[in-house]
Parts: sequence; C-alpha cells; structure tokens
Amino acid sequence: MGVRRLHPDQPHGFSFTPENLAWAKETIAKYPAGKEASAIIPLLWRAQEQLGGWLSEPALRHVADMLGVAYIRAYEVATFYTMFQLSPVGTKAHVQVCGTTPCMLRGAEGLIEVCKRRIAEHPHELSEDGQFSWEEVECLGACANAPMVQIWKDTYEDLTPEALEKILGAFARGATPKVGSQIGRKNSSPEGAQTTLSDPTLYDGSKRGAWRARFPELQEGGAAAGTKPVEEPKG
Amino acid sequence: MLLEDKDRIFQNIYGFHDSGLKGAQSRGSWDGTKFFIDKGHDWIISEVKTSGLRGRGGAGFPTGLKWSFMPKADSRPSYLVINADESEPGSCKDREIMRNDPHLLIEGALLAGFAMRAHTCYIYIRGEFIRERERLQRAVDEAYAAKLIGKNNVHGWDFDFYIAHGAGAYICGEETALLESLEGRKGQPRLKPPFPANVGLYGAPTTINNVESIAVVPDILRRGGHWFAALGLPNNTGTKLFQISGHVNRPCVVEEEMGIPLRQLIDEHCGGVRGGWGNLLAVIPGGSSMPLIPADLCDTLTMDFDSLTKLKSGLGTAAIIVLDKSADVIKAIARIAYFYKHESCGQCTPCREGTGWMWRVLERMARGEAEKSEIDRLFDVSKQIEGHTICALGDAAAWPVQGLIRHFRPVIEARIDAYQAAHKEAAE
Repeated sequence: MGVRRLHPDQPHGFSFTPENLAWAKETIAKYPAGKEASAIIPLLWRAQEQLGGWLSEPALRHVADMLGVAYIRAYEVATFYTMFQLSPVGTKAHVQVCGTTPCMLRGAEGLIEVCKRRIAEHPHELSEDGQFSWEEVECLGACANAPMVQIWKDTYEDLTPEALEKILGAFARGATPKVGSQIGRKNSSPEGAQTTLSDPTLYDGSKRGAWRARFPELQEGGAAAGTKPVEEPKG
Repeated sequence: MLLEDKDRIFQNIYGFHDSGLKGAQSRGSWDGTKFFIDKGHDWIISEVKTSGLRGRGGAGFPTGLKWSFMPKADSRPSYLVINADESEPGSCKDREIMRNDPHLLIEGALLAGFAMRAHTCYIYIRGEFIRERERLQRAVDEAYAAKLIGKNNVHGWDFDFYIAHGAGAYICGEETALLESLEGRKGQPRLKPPFPANVGLYGAPTTINNVESIAVVPDILRRGGHWFAALGLPNNTGTKLFQISGHVNRPCVVEEEMGIPLRQLIDEHCGGVRGGWGNLLAVIPGGSSMPLIPADLCDTLTMDFDSLTKLKSGLGTAAIIVLDKSADVIKAIARIAYFYKHESCGQCTPCREGTGWMWRVLERMARGEAEKSEIDRLFDVSKQIEGHTICALGDAAAWPVQGLIRHFRPVIEARIDAYQAAHKEAAE
C-alpha cells in the first residue's frame, strides 16, 4: 500500500447530471434498505467518469451525503482503491500499463519507455499539452494477451512498443483505435490454428435435451409422475 | 489424451459464437433447469458433491461441502456472492467466462442459489473489467426479460442477480475483504470465525464462490456428477480452464482435464516453450503466489491440486506463468514481491512491513548488491510473515520468495559474486 492524498487544487461543488442521478438511484436500490453504503464504489466511479477521469473532494462529499455515510468513510474508500484517480488525468488518454510479471516477461518495460518518452517522465504527470498521462498498474487480468494496457474502458493487448505508439497516435488524432488483441487473434484463443472446439455438433443445437437420457423418470413408459416436460423459455 | 470437445463445458470461451441467450440456449444452456430445481436443494448439493468439484478460485475447497454449511432454516436472508475479483497475476479465465459464456454463470448462480436457499446473488467484479461487466449485465438483462430469473420466474424460485464492482484492490479477492468492500468499506479482511456461512454479507449467511466454480454447475447437473468425476484424477476431478502466459509461443486460455501433464498442455495448446522444451527455466504453476517449479521437475509434472502440493507449490487458479532461459528469475520474483507490497491492505504488521522489506531486498539481489548471508535472512523473514496475518496475502507474498531461494539459490549467489567482483575491480 502507498500513501494517497487528495489533490491540493479542488474544483467548487459537484452534482450528478440528471442521467447519472437516475442511474445512481437505481444502483442504490440494488441493496437492502439501510445498506445504501454498499453503492459507494459504483457511485464514486460514476462521479469520476463524469469529471473526466479523476475524483474531486466535492464529489466525495456529495456521494457521502447521498448515501448517508460520514465524509471520512468516503475519503477512506477513495484513498484505498487505486482506480480512483485523485488528480487530473490526460484529457484524451490516461494509459494504464500493466507491469506485473506476466506482462513484464513479454515486454511491458518497453511499453513504459514509450509512455515516458511520449507522455511524461513520471507516472500521474500530465503531458505538456494536458492531453495524456500514464501510470504503471498491477495485473489487469489479461495475462494470456500480455503485454497490454488499459485506456478508459478498453484494453489493448498483445502489444509491442510500435503498436502502442500507433494507438497513442490514434488517440492524439481523436481516432478510435482497434481494441483487444493487436495481432489479429480472437480474445485469448491461441494465435493461428485452433486446437479445440472444432466439433460442429456443439453448435448445431443437437446437444439440447441430451440430459434427459440419464433420468429414467423422463423416459417413455418411465415413472413420469409429476415431471411434465419442462417449458422452454422463448429465446 | 486431450479432452474431447464433447466434454468441454466452456464452448464459447473465445467468443467465436453468440454469447447471448439464444446462442447459449443452442449450446444447451437453460435446459432442464426447472427439472433440477424440482429435484430439490439436497439433490443438487449431492450431485455437486458426487462431482468432486473443488473450488476454482485457488484454495480448492470442495464446493458441495461448502454449500452444505449454509443454515437450512434461519430468519435472516441467505446470500450467494460470486467472486469475480480475478486479480492474481497470471489469472485471466473468469474474464472470458463473463464476456463469452455469461449464461453458464447466471444459470449456475440460480441453481447454486436455490441449493443454498438464497434468493439474492451479488457478483463482485474487479473494477478494471468494465467491458466484461457490461457484457454480463446484458446477459443478466436477457435472463430477466425471459423470466429465467427475477421475481415469479419460470423456475419457481425467486432469484435476483446483481452486479457490483471493485476499484482496483487485489485484496478484495479474499472473501471477507470482498464482503467488506461490498458493504461499502475499504477491503480489509475480517477475522474468522465467524465464517461467512454464519455471519457473512450484512451479517447474514453467505457463501462465496469463484466464477468458474459456479459456471460449471449447470453442466454437472445435466451430465451428472459421475460424468465430471470421471474426468481428471481422483480427488482432482473435472475440467479446468488453464491460462498459460509468459514465454510460450502461443499463450492462451484453454479448458483441459485436471491432471493434464504440463508439457502436453504447453506443447499441444501453446505451440511449446519459446525456443523448445529444453529452453524452459521454470514455471509458476498457479498464479503469482504459488512457488515456482524449476525445469527439471517439469518433465513429468501433472497439473492438479495434489501433485503440485507435493512439490510445495499449488494449482491455485491454474494460471501458468512460463519462464524460459532468457528470463531473469530474481527480477521476475522481485516484481511479484512488489505486487504484494502494493496490494497489502496494511491491516497486519508482518504483511504491511514485511512485503516492502522483501521487495527491497530482492531488488538489491536482482542487481547482486547484497550479502550471501541475506539470503537466509530473507527466507527467515518470509517465514515470520507466513501464517502470522489475518488473511492469506502474507502467505501469498512469502511463498514465491521461498520458492526462489529453494530452487535458485546458486543464481542469487552467482549474481552477488559477479557484483562484488565488478566493484572490487572498480575499487582497485
């Protein structure tokens, strides 16, 4: 764990947009009465999204008031969970480079070099034009597609420094780079020829109902009392 | 022999087919669900016990037995909580289930929830999995719309499935830290006992299961506990999603039988170790917390709970990180030590102080800037952390360090010698 503090310069006030407020109310309703505090992470996250990628102190207070928790509890949550950015991030892209061992073994250090050269020398430092920032993060859970980065909601996988340069270039131009694997494979399937899941009968609907064979009471002439055929939900 | 396609549970794990309700139904999901529910709570638990399923989140505790700890009559509500905080370095399987085979998970949640008499399920997904959350939510919405779940659904057991999420804390994969987070606090593990089955979410009976453990349940019921138990090895049954990363030619996630030989897994599905089997240095067999296993023990190694435990390591999440001979093994473990330092919640002193201490020593050792006597001291400190913390993060941080020293002490010593020789020359 490390020390994380709120940014010294804070904006004035915060309130959710009407759309986000409606969403927040729905989210709070997922939890039992009296347990509204359960919604604190989703609400803080939505506030961070609304603020362009970082969480301000007025937003913390606003969410705490909505949920009826003490300000210090919201402060505790915001400083504990490292996805809450406590200072402004790049307006076009905040690049989160996974640096943990599976990504390191496949070249994450080269990706960090790109970020240092193109964006800023230090993590959480804005580029000169304020459009980019970066940080090294811990394992993002895409290890079979290492090395990778996350930018906003999407991941960019199977990267090389050159591929990352291109992606950053696309963000700079305001273009939308291709997400996921950058070497043309589908998700975490092995690159090239597939080694599994080639049996066509898995996908022709013929497996449906096969389970009935193991229940004598479902066989014709069996003791079928009380086991009328199951109604198929309409797909 | 490799697992046959007909015995695979995760038939859309790569997303080549429709992940929506229609596609899932064509592959056999949501078929017979009401029949199984009509068979009763105990029948489902008994089938899962017969299957021999052991939890897929890392600890390998028998799933059916865990469910049977839930009280049968209690004035409080019961909760099923699904742990989708997949964060152990190397692990990347639950992500694929949630985005490509989400209906297996939702149907499994209904069946598991019914078995343990829970009408409510919360799934806690790591915060970074934003697209996965969206994909799962879409599938949940489909299931509600088709009245497969929700109030007054076609299965006759009211069941709500809610998606919650974290915000970047590995520790929330520990089940009681997850509950703390779900209740809106920082994720610091609780003391046990009381166990969650008695005092869990909101103080009510709760069972916490991994995504994969829940997602295999519908197939176990359709095909039978005996079918699952016949796959794999005794006490290590069934199929398993393996995740192979690092120095192989074609890293991937793949479903195979438990107990598959490591070499076969890597050669058949991953195009072999980079540079060939002879270029293998070591594997970390079960996610970053599991002690590494050097190449000379890998030739005949099978991938299951018991054989890895015998080697003082573990299957964990079956996330295999492969290191070839180009890898700097000290640096690789130092980076893992940094991970645990970063993710320690700070509640217990041995972990809070010890993880940082071990990382700093390992960083020096990676440069050779250390004394040989420090190797034993490092091992000793790791033993002071292990077993002396509320949760297993302390153990998880200590084990990889112990594995490094156990198997690669000569490498550490050689690096210290080289550093000292270079600095002696410089001084002269």
